[in-house]
Amino acid sequence: MARIFAYIVHKAGVADDSAAELLTAASKIDSAASLTAIVTGWGADLDAVCSTLRASYSEVWKIANEAFAYPNAELVRKALVKVLPQGSILLVSHEHFGIDLAPGLSIKLKSAFVSDVLGIDGVEGSHLKVVRQEFGGQVSAHVRCDISSGAVITIRPGAFKPLEIAPVKGSVVDMSSDVGVLAAGRRYLETVVAEAGDVDITKHNVLVSIGRGIQEKDNVAIAEELAEALGAAVSCSRPVVDAKWLEKSRQVGTSGKTVKPKVYLACGISGAFQHLAGIKGNPFIVAINKNPKAPIFQVADVGIVDDLLEFLPEFTNKVREMRTVSAK
Amino acid sequence: MEILVCARRVPDTSENEIELNSAGNDIERDDLVYSINEWDNYAVEEALQIVARVGGNVTVVTVGGEDDEEILRREMAMGATHGVLISDDAFSGSDGRGIATILAAFVRKGHYDLVLTGVQAEDGGAQVGGMLAAMLDYPFASLVNSIEVLDSKKLKISREIAGGNKEISEIDLPCVLSIQTGINEPRYVGMRGIRQVASVPIPTFAASDLGVDPGSVGTTAAKVKRVDYFVPALGKGAEMLEGSREEIIEKLVELVAAKGGLK
Repeated sequence: MARIFAYIVHKAGVADDSAAELLTAASKIDSAASLTAIVTGWGADLDAVCSTLRASYSEVWKIANEAFAYPNAELVRKALVKVLPQGSILLVSHEHFGIDLAPGLSIKLKSAFVSDVLGIDGVEGSHLKVVRQEFGGQVSAHVRCDISSGAVITIRPGAFKPLEIAPVKGSVVDMSSDVGVLAAGRRYLETVVAEAGDVDITKHNVLVSIGRGIQEKDNVAIAEELAEALGAAVSCSRPVVDAKWLEKSRQVGTSGKTVKPKVYLACGISGAFQHLAGIKGNPFIVAINKNPKAPIFQVADVGIVDDLLEFLPEFTNKVREMRTVSAK
Repeated sequence: MEILVCARRVPDTSENEIELNSAGNDIERDDLVYSINEWDNYAVEEALQIVARVGGNVTVVTVGGEDDEEILRREMAMGATHGVLISDDAFSGSDGRGIATILAAFVRKGHYDLVLTGVQAEDGGAQVGGMLAAMLDYPFASLVNSIEVLDSKKLKISREIAGGNKEISEIDLPCVLSIQTGINEPRYVGMRGIRQVASVPIPTFAASDLGVDPGSVGTTAAKVKRVDYFVPALGKGAEMLEGSREEIIEKLVELVAAKGGLK
């Protein structure tokens, strides 16, 4: 069985949550595998991450280089190509860094590549069988991957729950000198932090959240009227921001805001994982969608199959009626 | 600037409910509405906007069959200078690496300053752009949500990272960028525009034209193969409210009030 490595994403001296999830994923490939963490970085932050990882990984490969002070996928790729043994299996989290790194790395390692894996069935001979989602999560697919010359696999964040494991006393191996001089055709300049926006959706207990099903900009008013009646705020999924119908600050999801409301009304939202990952704190989710197969119905508490452009105004009227009655 | 955009025709998820076929091993492909992959359409629009600012040409290329010409014509109607179809029986069943191998051979035959792909396809996995860049030894950036041409040698780009933040970098040309939705507002294409390019010839390249070894692509070379499609039973699912719309609204108001949504 090939040796399994996990590339660890970290920030400000703290390993990403995916560090624990990759351990779970690796155990599904080979329950007997001893998994090696690979960490690139520079200075005290890197040391802090490595020393934390020793508690869960039996071996931690540390690659320190000033060029890694800000992670650059092209430089990390060059370093990994130098240190990874031939035929290795490398797991990386499927987030913005993994998406940058993994496909090109698989080419340089001459290994197989499977992305955004959310289930692992196991190994049959020289093949690994995994589960992916396609078409916005409407269907799943079993995928067979030939791992005889190694594999680079990106793992969907949150798909593998961390295991309860007894702490280990792993060793840190410094691989920094094996990397050599690094140069890249892309150079980091700065990070621009997202604008705050007019409404802070993270502070609201009730969100009326709209997706592609709202169909056009003029219909956003329908959601705003409901939100006003409920005393809620309007949030949205990615397509609404892409279409410029609402500001980016209203977007719930991995590339938007993480919200923790008590009640979340998902209106015309299909329920892609990037969106669902932005909803925390186990709210009461109501899904209104005209497609009964929409993945949102799998995670919602209550589902309604209807045309939201007709349903929402009637719901708004009812809420207003209730308000009037209770005010009397 | 000479810009190549790699595009794909895919089942349109905003027009279709994707379901399993009766055999349960594939999606139901009868009556599917196809369109250009949404991310790729943003990439073409971005290329057109760059060319409008600094001059040059936009070529849209796809690997597929005759049916895929429709997206090339659509993008030409948007303003792309050329459409190119890469088609060969040997390409059938290619995995992401196979597609990247074919595209790399095509890129090497031309002189492109910039190659764009979509971040991902509806049924793909954010792979071809990064693979293509590695094969060509070009710099690569994924999830790109803005492009500024600094000079003939480099671009200033922004990547979409967590929490709506943007990572700004400089990148040398030639390079490959994978384009994120929302980077621009793709222009509308009317039937009239498509009719105007309906008879423009679309050059087609086969494996031999590109010097692609048929053994390095297609089903035989694919390390990654889809076995089947399925719909997983995830959790218990939502309690579906049924009845007339009035009854449903009545019930929903009660539920929302009980959960503290009506204070």
